[in-house]
Amino acid sequence: MAVQGVDFDIENGSIHALIGPNGAGKTTCFNLLTKFLQPTAGTIRFEGHDITGLAPADIARLGMVRSFQISAVFGHMTALENVRIALARARGGNFDFWRGEKILNQYNEQAQALLADVGLDDHVDTPAALLSYGRKRALEIATTLALDPRLMLLDEPTAGMTEADVERIVALIRKIRKGRTILMVEHNLSVVSGLSDRITVLARGRVLAAGDYATVSRDPAVIEAYLGSDHSGVDHV
Amino acid sequence: MSDTALPKAPPREMIWGFTGAQSVAFVLMLATLMVAPFVAYPVFLMQVMCFAIFAMGANLLMGYTGLLSLGQAAYFGMGAYVGGYAVQTLHLTPEAGVALGTLTGAAIGAVFGWLAIRRQTIYFAMITLALAQFVNFFAVQDTGFTGGENGMQNIPRGQVAGIISLHSDLHLYVFALVVFLIAFLFVHRVVHSPFGQVVKAIRENENRAISLGYKPAQYKWIVFTIAAGLAGLAGALNALVTHIVTLTDVGNATSGIVVLMVLVGGIGTIYGPLIGAAIIIAMQYYLASFSDWVTVIQGVIFIACVLLFRRGIIGELAAKLKFAL
Repeated sequence: MAVQGVDFDIENGSIHALIGPNGAGKTTCFNLLTKFLQPTAGTIRFEGHDITGLAPADIARLGMVRSFQISAVFGHMTALENVRIALARARGGNFDFWRGEKILNQYNEQAQALLADVGLDDHVDTPAALLSYGRKRALEIATTLALDPRLMLLDEPTAGMTEADVERIVALIRKIRKGRTILMVEHNLSVVSGLSDRITVLARGRVLAAGDYATVSRDPAVIEAYLGSDHSGVDHV
Repeated sequence: MSDTALPKAPPREMIWGFTGAQSVAFVLMLATLMVAPFVAYPVFLMQVMCFAIFAMGANLLMGYTGLLSLGQAAYFGMGAYVGGYAVQTLHLTPEAGVALGTLTGAAIGAVFGWLAIRRQTIYFAMITLALAQFVNFFAVQDTGFTGGENGMQNIPRGQVAGIISLHSDLHLYVFALVVFLIAFLFVHRVVHSPFGQVVKAIRENENRAISLGYKPAQYKWIVFTIAAGLAGLAGALNALVTHIVTLTDVGNATSGIVVLMVLVGGIGTIYGPLIGAAIIIAMQYYLASFSDWVTVIQGVIFIACVLLFRRGIIGELAAKLKFAL
């Protein structure tokens, strides 16, 4: 069992970080929340409703949209088409196989605005597969934003990025947090300390500690899990 | 942010979703198909068009959705039986027969597809194969309707709208060409529809599509039903062209042939199925003197295709010319 007895609340409007060593069960939590995995016990509640029994697509339709650890874009489609797919879904989806593609042009303006928000205005017509890694992550965020989610789940949004890209993504997350709740898994502790209001630390499938960064970083159990027992504290990040 | 700061998408001047190169290819195809019956044997050409329709449906599944069905002959064969029965026994017009064949294929496909899409990859393929076996057994057993081993014979071609006789090969050729063009444009439309975009997204990254709120099963089911409908259409048209429906039409070999056509022609291309059908049917016609060896030759071609030109003829051509075909 990858996670057991993990219980936490995400406060409305906050940025909540889920941290912990490799194999702690962070991504498993994501998969459970978004129903890509079925929990064997326990309940998941979103805005007061029990969503434990729902299908993953229904979770997304409720306004809880996830990203993936490995950048998830539709490679053979342009950046614009990637975002349009999400915009079309937000309006109820596309089953009309008898109509022309041109009908999707109604989303162009909105899609271009979203791409501009994440700094991809120069790459509107670039196939997603040809974008740099950092830009793929930005495109992923633009695509997620197209659904106007109330809860965004970001799985390691800055993993594998150059420092400049990390700064861009952090600034982007600051910008988009208005009116949303964000849960993110993140390894980069400077990103975590700079962004998150609350942190839950997982280790070996259980909650080790919870609180704001100052509290969590001084917790002896957390220090031990992260650094081994011979360190007295995490004083710089 | 002001609108002027946003670069505008380059104009995409497309008619019915065709790119420039595809439009040229379409004109070429049309011209060839109009001249061809005066040069080549019309029945051969009509069979090419029938199997091209069949392969276009299979290509929707294999190329555009990423689903390999090994049981497409079930829909082709049942479309042929019902189309033949409608014209021969119910004395309906050929267009009604073709329409009923299409509906039959789509209806069976809707049921079988609903079952098959619950599984992925090889398991999906196995379910389609198993379900096609049911249909095959039905065709062998129910001699009253299908004629069993004898099949359906002497199916009349009838008269379009009860007026224009299709008895002459040329008349039937025009009829088949019109049906083929409708099917061709329909498939192209499906690929380039908002629906087609979602299908493409699902093929590229299914989990991401789900996380955006799409339910892939619904889309796969619709594609499966469309492909089966096209198979039924092809089968019914083939019954009119050849006057007969046999167990071969509903057998596994036919399911295999259509996969081969898609692969040889070019998987995921719009013109590939037609070229693939032309090559395979030409082999059956012109290598008929080799009898059973035709299958061996086809096998060799299949191996060569997989080893040497994986993208198929049209796929390789398009890659060389650097545009979509």
